[in-house]
Amino acid sequence: MKKLINDPKNVVQESVAGFAAAHADIVTASTDPLFIVRSDAPVQGKVGIVSGGGSGHEPLHGGFVGYGMLGAAVPGPVFTSPTPDPIVAATKAVDGGAGVLHIVKNYTGDVLNFETAADLAAADGIEVRSVVTNDDVAVQDSLYTAGRRGVGGTVLVEKIAGAAAERGDSLDEVAAIAERVNANVRTMGVALTPCVVPHAGEPSFTLGDDEIEIGIGIHGEPGRERITLEPADAIVDRLLGPILSDLPFESGQSVLLFVNGMGGTPLVELYIVYRHAAEVLAQHGITVVRNLVGNYITALEMQGTSISVLKLDDELTELWDAPVQTAALRWGR
Amino acid sequence: MTVGTDWALAWIRRTADVIAEHRVELITLDREIGDGDHGENLDRGFSAVLPKLETLPDGSTPSDVFKVVATTLISTVGGASGPLFGTAFLKAAGAVSGREEIDSAGLVELLTAARDGIVLRGKADVGDKTMIDAWSPAVEAGAAAAESGADERTVLDAAAAAAEAGAVATEPLVAHKGRASYLGERAVGHRDPGAQSSALILRAAVEAAT
Repeated sequence: MKKLINDPKNVVQESVAGFAAAHADIVTASTDPLFIVRSDAPVQGKVGIVSGGGSGHEPLHGGFVGYGMLGAAVPGPVFTSPTPDPIVAATKAVDGGAGVLHIVKNYTGDVLNFETAADLAAADGIEVRSVVTNDDVAVQDSLYTAGRRGVGGTVLVEKIAGAAAERGDSLDEVAAIAERVNANVRTMGVALTPCVVPHAGEPSFTLGDDEIEIGIGIHGEPGRERITLEPADAIVDRLLGPILSDLPFESGQSVLLFVNGMGGTPLVELYIVYRHAAEVLAQHGITVVRNLVGNYITALEMQGTSISVLKLDDELTELWDAPVQTAALRWGR
Repeated sequence: MTVGTDWALAWIRRTADVIAEHRVELITLDREIGDGDHGENLDRGFSAVLPKLETLPDGSTPSDVFKVVATTLISTVGGASGPLFGTAFLKAAGAVSGREEIDSAGLVELLTAARDGIVLRGKADVGDKTMIDAWSPAVEAGAAAAESGADERTVLDAAAAAAEAGAVATEPLVAHKGRASYLGERAVGHRDPGAQSSALILRAAVEAAT
């Protein structure tokens, strides 16, 4: 597998250094411990928001640091949760006196390290609340697994909670908004190819030339089933079916439709996915009033997509529309 | 015979060697049913522990050694295994706090506290296909050996043997916790990497008690 890297050991550090240099108007990077923070942090009197997790999902989370979204992002090694130390340091860096919200994807390592970091930050007198995202409908038997994973919906939680923090909501209010987004968003993904973690050098799983994996998480880890490749519309039907029946989404509702690329699928294909997903929603009487299409939460160079549907109300729509200025999402400012 | 600080230091140094030797094996096990980083992460963590051991002052107790191991693993390993092994060593340190020498009963207290710490953080039960499937039989076997009057090395040997058997016994299981839980039936036939590394760590404790 060819990769545009130097030493696999330096992938994350070098990438973060480049990211900070490219977006110096928005963020600064701390190198030891490693985290990315808004240039204007801490914003006094505003709730700080920290997210993080393994690297390899870019632009998540560093690409969402900036006005109207995250205060800081903590990148771990590729596909490995960061340790508590940098999470604590990032938490302190964004604490403007109004408390700090941790947005954590439901993966065992992320949850354990953020839990430990929240305890340590609280011991230093910072008020910390945590919201664990778990929007992945592919995991059916939550009782007998580590629970539903936090995937595409996390991007929407970060945007909308960030807007709530920016308008001056209290820590409890920002946490409640984040919980509300998480409760109303459902996601399912598909992988067409595996991906290669730089230091491993080999694919983390294998797929035959004509095989796809339905229900993947953001590392390509399996979900529901492995099937033979089908036309895009049929795959979209397989993803949307479980999403719509889960919440459930119903006729008359307004939604945000988020078609995400896993890193190796071109936009030309993502729009084919969006086209049919919007058609299916319309057939169900569901109105797509907002959308997002592109590579926002990825799994290195994996080919594939995830579809997220978020049920909107007036307040969530207003917060989605609120100005945001980050490397990966930018409007209204 | 009792074991003390020399044993604790030797255990951790031996562990670092063993984890480095088995790095690729652990990565391979993890790639099959997880995300392929377990060997890398543990190797990074125990490699970072070694220089920290050199900074311990004379007169340090085994508890002091385990505390350094705990804080270093928590701050360097990441993933799930960092907080889990870190908590295990932190609780072990608490169990033998203030003691210069540890007898058979003390070792059982140490192992029990470590196991309970992992359960507290990871909330896994026996049979969930996690490191608990190595630690729990290890505690039980160590306790049984201590009750029958075994010396320290024999207690550790019983624990390590039970952990090794426990790791092998994860192979037919479906995982209910951690990354492998998403595989369902497809995890069957694969050994849990955390149970395997736990068995390696406990075997190193025996080898250090000579």
